[in-house]
This record gives sequence, C-alpha cells and structure tokens, in this order.
Amino acid sequence: MKPTDPSVTWIEEKPLGLAERLYLPLFVQGLTTTARHLVSPKLTVSYPEQRPTVGNPLIYRGVHRLNRDQEGRVKCVACFLCATACPAHCIDIVATNSPWPDREKYPESFAIDELRCIFCGMCEEACPVDAIELTSLLDLTGKSREEMIFDKEKLLSVYDMTKDAEPMKSASLGGTL
Amino acid sequence: MNALTPFLPTIAALVKIGLLVGGLMTAAAYLVLVERWMAAWVQDRKGPNRVGIPLTKISLFGLGQPLADGLKIIMKEDFTPRHVDKVLYTAAPLVILAASLAIFAAIPFGSVLPPLGIPGLPDPVPFLVAPGLDVGVLWVFALSSIAVYGVLLGGWASNNKYGFLGGLRSSAQLVAYEIPLGLGLLGVVLAAGSLKLDVIMNAQAQSGIWYAFAQPLGFIVFLVASFAEAARLPFDLPEAEQELVGGYHTEYSGIKLLLFLVAEFLHMVTAAFLIVIMFLGGWHLWGVTGSSQEVTWLGAFLRFGVLSAKIFAVILFFMLVRWSWPRFRFDQLMNLAWKVMLPLGIANLVTVATIEEFRPQLIERFGAGPAGVIALVAPWAVFFLGWIAAGVLTPSGTDNTPIRTHTMLDAERSLREPDLVEV
Repeated sequence: MKPTDPSVTWIEEKPLGLAERLYLPLFVQGLTTTARHLVSPKLTVSYPEQRPTVGNPLIYRGVHRLNRDQEGRVKCVACFLCATACPAHCIDIVATNSPWPDREKYPESFAIDELRCIFCGMCEEACPVDAIELTSLLDLTGKSREEMIFDKEKLLSVYDMTKDAEPMKSASLGGTL
Repeated sequence: MNALTPFLPTIAALVKIGLLVGGLMTAAAYLVLVERWMAAWVQDRKGPNRVGIPLTKISLFGLGQPLADGLKIIMKEDFTPRHVDKVLYTAAPLVILAASLAIFAAIPFGSVLPPLGIPGLPDPVPFLVAPGLDVGVLWVFALSSIAVYGVLLGGWASNNKYGFLGGLRSSAQLVAYEIPLGLGLLGVVLAAGSLKLDVIMNAQAQSGIWYAFAQPLGFIVFLVASFAEAARLPFDLPEAEQELVGGYHTEYSGIKLLLFLVAEFLHMVTAAFLIVIMFLGGWHLWGVTGSSQEVTWLGAFLRFGVLSAKIFAVILFFMLVRWSWPRFRFDQLMNLAWKVMLPLGIANLVTVATIEEFRPQLIERFGAGPAGVIALVAPWAVFFLGWIAAGVLTPSGTDNTPIRTHTMLDAERSLREPDLVEV
C-alpha cells in the first residue's frame, strides 16, 4: 500500500505548544511522575515469607486432584476423556473392571506427569463426572523427575488436603456430587 | 627532622591515593546497588534485598549485593573471541579505567585538614592528591577525552558490528558534547579566575553565591553536557541495549566487562563531582561550613560531609532522570548539541565575560551592593531569553514522516524510473 492510497487516513501530529518546546515543564512533569512512584507502595510479593493471593480459586489452574465421592471412593470412571483431551499427553490411566455396581470401570492406576503438564485445564473440562480438577496450589516442586509423576494415591491425597479450603467446583457450579 | 622528612609529601600523596581509590571503588560498587534500588522503586518493585552477610541468613536490606555481584562477574570466564584484535581488545578496558581513575588526581574531595604541625608537610593539608597542579580543570578534561579512546578502542577491536556502531555513536556524541561542556566550564573559570578546582570552590565559599545561581545558563548547559559525557540516559546511545545489544562492550565478558562498567560509573561520579565543585559550591553550605581557610577538625569533616552529600544528591538525580526520560534519537541528540547547547553556551560565556569586564566600572558607578545585584540579574535575564529563543527557534528533530503528496511521489518516481514517466 502506498502512502497516497485513498483508503489511508493520515492523522497529523499536533504541533508542539510553547510549554512542550521549552522542554522544562515536561521535564518537571516526568520527574514528578518518577518521584511519585519512588515512594509509592510496592507491588512485589516477597515469596517464601509472603504468599501471593489467588484471585479466584475456582478458575485458578494449579496442581491436579482426583475427587472422591460421598463414600470416599475415587469418582473417576476411567473413560479416558481427559487423557484424550490432554494436549501434552501427560495423563496415563490403566482401567479395570469396577468392584462397585454403579459403574463399569474404574482406574486401577491414574498417573499425571506434572512436569509435562501445561496446566491448560482441558482435562477438567473434558471430565464427564467432575473427577479431575485443578486446585489453586501454585508452588509445585520436587527433587527428582520420578517424584513429579503423581499417582492415584497422591492425587487423592491432594483432594483430601484441599477439600476444605476449596470445595468441589462441581458442587458450586451445579455439577454432580 | 629525621630521615623520613624528605619523603613525607610522597607518603601523604600515597595515603590520599589509597583512600581515594579505595573509597571510589567501594562507592562505585555500592552505587550499582543504589542504582538497582532506584530502578526497582521507580517501577514499584522492592529491588535487591536478600543478600546480607555471607554464609549467614542475615540479609541487611541487600547490602551484601555488591560483594556477590563483584564475585560473580570476577569468577566468570574471561572469554576472548577469536576474531578480535587482541592487543587493543585487552588495552581498551585498561585505558578507560586508568583514565577515569587518574582524573581524580586533580579533583578535591573536601576542603583542608587543620595544620598537623609535622615538619616537611605543607600546612594545611588539602583534600587533594595533586595540590600543586595549576591546570586542574585542563587535566580533568584531557583525561576524560582519553577515556573516550577506551570506548573507541573497545568498539573497534571487538570486530563486531554492534560494538563498532556503539563506538561510532560514542565518538560522535562525546566530541559534540565536549564543546558545550567546555563552554559551560569557561564561564566558571572566567568568574573564578583560576583553573584550580579548589580555588573555584573557595571563590564560591567566599562570595556565598554558587555559580549555579550566578550563571544559570552555564549550569544548565554544563549539566546536560555532562549527562551526555557520562553516557547516561537520555544520552546513552553508545550502548542502547534495545538497538546495539551492549554497544561497545558487546564482546566483553568477565573482569574486562567489570572494568568497563566500573569506569562508566566513575564517569558519572566524576560528572557529579564537577557539577558540585564548579556550580553547587563544593563543600560550602551557608551557615554550616564557614568560608575561611582555617578550620578545626570538626569543620574539616563537616565540609567533607557536605561535599559528599551534595555529590550523592546529584548522583541520585542522575539515576532519577534515567527513569524519567526516553532516549534521544540520534538526530535529536545532534540538534540539541549543535543548535541548542552550543549557542546557549556562547550566550552564557559572552554574558559572564561582559559582566567580569565591566564589574569595576559598575562598582565605581553604583556602589558594591547594586553592582552585585546587576551582576546576578543580568545572567538570569539572559537565561530566560535564551531558553525561550532556543525553544521557539530550534527544530526538535528531523521530520521523517513519509512523503505522501502526488507531486512529490511523481518526482521520486521520475528519479528512479525515468522512462516510465510521461513527459
């Protein structure tokens, strides 16, 4: 496109006023802005001593958990929808026949590689029974790669740890309990 | 009298050099910390506040940071790329650091000590490494010009386009701004009648009128030019990170880079020293320090403290300006030097020269008091007039908006493709 193209609308720069040409008023303006910020309250969170505040835990995407139903059993029905939806292929499920009459299958093992996970929340969206959820735990650390692969027990323990602070999202959002 | 007496002046000079170099290096290290704090605070962050006493968990507001920074950069690999000119590449950081340290031989860092009564030593002992030097100001400016060689050599020897561009910009900028710097300085030299920096300070202490008030235009010109000479924002084109990676020190690492960075900080400290000594009264503060050459121990250290406080305040101003102003474009930089600062500097020089020339006649005609008032008011009038004239008359930069009229475009096309245009 050329500068003379009729579809180009040219916006003219305003000519500088006297105050702008004299430079000093703008200089003082800039200096007062920086000086104000110099003494203004700081936004830094001193992390280990001070925890960052999570705005809304319901929509925060932190460490995963596997929810339990009212009888304390894992809610998962081993349908593989989360593993299929996962763009990072970090969910590994081994299904077996369920010992309970209310469902066909249940996960014999359920492992998430937290190092591969990109915390996109697609598993949570895919789950038809609201079994997998992302909590607001944000500092996930470990000393080895093996330690960072969370198995079923660990994912259930994350639920036990966070269920009081963060009730199942499905409950508040009208899902199955 | 004993065998040591002939060597006493040498020993005194060595002690002063030790104190000065030690103090300057420590100050440079801690100024880096202050700079990082200022940067953080202006951006609503907290800045370095973790490193304290080594091997303990005590963090003294981050006061251990300079030590950690220094250790880190010294322990890093001193890598010399294969494509550099080895001799010049090694010489550049040494040249720049040596020059910026040697400058301080002629810069007083206080007033005088009370008489010590030691035979063989000049009494009173001045806070100055080379007190006999009659050309102090010339020495300072000669050496700060040599420091430019360090920048040029570094940029050239690196054999790197970023480094080369940084060196080029630097040479153009520093050469352009030496002229307003010199003009701002000449007014002070003319008024004080000496090239010795301690005499210039004494002159301001005696009259009680700092040259910043007597020569406002000279002060502004000198201030702006010294920002440019120290290559601080808004004049940091030699090493504009966004455009030139690191500028002239792109290819440097480890301790050689450290030398460059320390030298850069020393340039800022030198600039602050010169601004305070020549325009802000040096160690003088009304009603606090007195103005005579005879001092007590308390007075000597009070003057040292006042001078240091003023220098620190000027350095803080340097750091605050860094975060207040965007960098100039190169054409704006040159416009400012040649079309604004140079005429203003000349106007200041002419005003000061005229006042100094006719001062005896003024005093004879009006008496000492009114003559002093005239000598104060006239420069301020010139300052306001000159400032407004500079603002109204000079372009702020080159107009670089695209050509968009039909006629201009056709003319352009006829230059490029002559046979396509109908005649």
